[in-house]
Amino acid sequence: MSEKIRIEIAKPGLDGHDRGAKYIARALKDAGYEVIYTGIRQTPESIVATAIQEDVDFVGLSLLSGAHNELFPRVVELLKEQDAGDIIVFGGGVIPEEDLDFLKTHGIQAIFRPGTPISDVIAFIESTRKGHAA
Amino acid sequence: MPESIKNRKKEWERTTLKKVLERFPEQREIFTTGSDKEVDRIYLPEEELKGDYLEKIGFPGEYPYTRGVQPTMYRGRLWTMRQYAGFGTAEESNSRYKYLLNQGQTGLSIAFDLPTQIGYDSDDPVSAGEVGKVGVAIDSLKDMEILFDGIPLDKVSTSMTINAPAAVLLAMYIVVAEKQGVSRDKIRGTIQNDILKEYIARGTYIFPPAPSMRLINNIFEFCSTEVPKWNTISISGYHIREAGSTAVQEIAFTIADGIEYVRNAIGVGLDVDHFAGRLSFFFNAHNDLLEEVAKYRAARRIWAKVMKENFSAKKEKSMMMRFHTQTAGSSLTAQQPDNNVIRVTIQTLAAVLGGTQSLHTNSKDEALALPTEDSVRVALRTQQIVAHESGVTNTVDPLAGSYYLEQLTDDIEKEAWDYINRIEKMGGMVQAIEAGYVQKEIQDSAYRYQKAVESGDRVVVGVNKFTVEEKEPAGLLKVDPALGKIQAKKLQDVRNTRDNRKTSDTLQALGEAAKDTKTNLMPFIMEAVRSYATLGEISNVLRKEFGEYRESIVL
Repeated sequence: MSEKIRIEIAKPGLDGHDRGAKYIARALKDAGYEVIYTGIRQTPESIVATAIQEDVDFVGLSLLSGAHNELFPRVVELLKEQDAGDIIVFGGGVIPEEDLDFLKTHGIQAIFRPGTPISDVIAFIESTRKGHAA
Repeated sequence: MPESIKNRKKEWERTTLKKVLERFPEQREIFTTGSDKEVDRIYLPEEELKGDYLEKIGFPGEYPYTRGVQPTMYRGRLWTMRQYAGFGTAEESNSRYKYLLNQGQTGLSIAFDLPTQIGYDSDDPVSAGEVGKVGVAIDSLKDMEILFDGIPLDKVSTSMTINAPAAVLLAMYIVVAEKQGVSRDKIRGTIQNDILKEYIARGTYIFPPAPSMRLINNIFEFCSTEVPKWNTISISGYHIREAGSTAVQEIAFTIADGIEYVRNAIGVGLDVDHFAGRLSFFFNAHNDLLEEVAKYRAARRIWAKVMKENFSAKKEKSMMMRFHTQTAGSSLTAQQPDNNVIRVTIQTLAAVLGGTQSLHTNSKDEALALPTEDSVRVALRTQQIVAHESGVTNTVDPLAGSYYLEQLTDDIEKEAWDYINRIEKMGGMVQAIEAGYVQKEIQDSAYRYQKAVESGDRVVVGVNKFTVEEKEPAGLLKVDPALGKIQAKKLQDVRNTRDNRKTSDTLQALGEAAKDTKTNLMPFIMEAVRSYATLGEISNVLRKEFGEYRESIVL
C-alpha cells in the first residue's frame, strides 16, 4: 500500500482544552499525514466509530482532565471488540508518570507528555507504521 | 510639572481622592521604601511630552482609568487573594477551603468538576471518569450545603467558575446562604457566567447562543434587584489566552464579548447603569512583564471608552473595568517544576503592577496534576511576599510614564481596537464565533508560538534549553478513582429522600417558563433547586427546550 497514513486526533471526555490536540493535528497535517480531528467532548464509542469509518491507522487521544485511566483503555477495548485492534492508539496530556505503565499494559502504545517536540510524535508514527508511505 | 497637570492634581485631591479617603483610609500614614525613603501616593510627569497626559492617562479612580480604578489602589486595600480550588467530594473541598482561609486567603474560588460545569449528574454515563477530577462534584443542593458547611457566607466572598449552568449554581448558593440565615442582599461573590468565551476557547457550553444569552440577561435582571452585591459575570480573557492567543487578542476578544453582553442586556430593556457596575473581568498574567502591565492598562482605557461612548453609561462604576487575574497555566512546565515558582512570581508582579482587584497564583505542580496543599501554600505566599515585602504596592501605577510602557499601552490599545471594530463589522461576537473567525485567529497564534518553541526561537527554560534528566516529583495529588461511585450513591440517597412529587412539579414549571422567552427563569430555577432537583435534571429540562450547541470545528 502506498496511500497516506491516516490519523484520528480525538478528545475523549469532557475537557475543552484543545490547544494541544489542535496543534498536533495541524502539525501532523503539515508533516504530510491525513488527519481527522474530531473536536471536543467525544465518547470512546464515537471515537471508535470515526476511526473505523475513516479507516485510520492511528488514533491519538488528548485529555487534560485526569480521566485518562478510565477513557483511554476503553477506546482500545472498543477497537478490539470491533475487530479494529490493529489501529494503533497513542495519547497525550496532563498524565502523571505513575500512570504510564498502567496505560501501556492497556494497549496505549505511547504517551506524549507536556513539552514533547512534534518530531518525537512523528518518529513514533514512522517506527510503528505498517507498510504505508507517508 | 506643567501647570495643567498641577491644577488637575489639586482638583483630583479635592474630589476623587478625598471621597475615597473619607470612607477608606489608607493602611498607613506614611509609606516608605525598604530603606525608609518616603513614597508618594502618585507620581506625575515632570514635563508634558506629547501634551495628552490628562486625556490618555490621567488620574487613578477617574476616567479613563488607565492608572487604576481606585485613587489609592493598594495603599487603601490590597487585592483579594483568591486561590481557585476544589476537587473530589464536597467534604474534601470544604476542608481545603477552610485550610486556605486559615492560611490568610481572603476569598474563596470554587472549581467545579466537568460534569457539573456541563450540567450532567455524576451518575450520567458521559460523566464516567470525570467525577471530581478537575473540581468538586455538585449534583444537588445537598452537596452545596456540605461544600459551605461552617463557612459563614456573610463573611466571605465566593467566586464560582461556572458558565452554562451558572443560574443553577447561583440559585444553590443563595439557598444555602438563606439556610445559614444570611439574606441574599448580603452575599458577595462572582459567577463566571461568560458563555461566549466557552464557545471560543473553554468548551463547557450546553445551549446555543440565543437561549444562553437569555439566561445571562435573566441573571443580570434578577441580581440587580435581589442580589445587589453579586458580580453577575466575569468576562474572561484568561481562557482565550490559555488557548494560545496573544495579549492583544486576549483583551480585544474579551472586550468584544463584553460589548455583546451589554448590547444584549440593553436590547431586552435593561438600563445600562443598573447592571454595568456589576460586570467584572478576568485576565491572564504571562511572563512578559511589561507587555502584561500595558495590556491591563490598555484594557481599562478601552472599556471606559466603550461604556461611555458606545453605550452612554453615566455612572462611573459602569465605566470601570474591575478584573480578577490568574497566572498563566500554559506557561507552567512539567520539566523542573520548581522553576514555575519563579514564573508565577513574575506573573504576580505583572498583575499587581497592572492594578488587578484579585489574584490567583498557580502552583508549581499544575503541569503534572492538581496541586498539593504544600504547593498551594507556596503559591499563596508568593502573593503575600509581593504584597508585603516588594514595595510595589506603595504607590499607584508605579510604572506609568516609562517611555516603553506608555508606548506599549498605546500600541496594544490601537491593535485591540482594530480587532473590536472588525468584529463589530461582522455583526458582533456571536456572528464572529459562528464564522469561526475568532477561533481561527487564536489557533494561528497558538500554532506560531508552538512552532517557535519547536525551532528553539523561543526559549522555554527546562524544556527546549537548560534541560536535565529528572524524575517526576513524588507525592502528587491523586483524586480517588472510586469517587464516581461514591458520588452516585450520595445522589441516589437525595433522590430517595426528597419529595419527588414536589421536585417534578418544580421541574415542569421550569420547562413551561422556558417556552416563553420573556419570562425570567431565575425564580423557577430557585424553586427547583430548593426541592432538591439535581443539576442534571434541571439542565435536561432546559436542554429539551433550548437544544444543544455543537462546535464548529476550525483547524
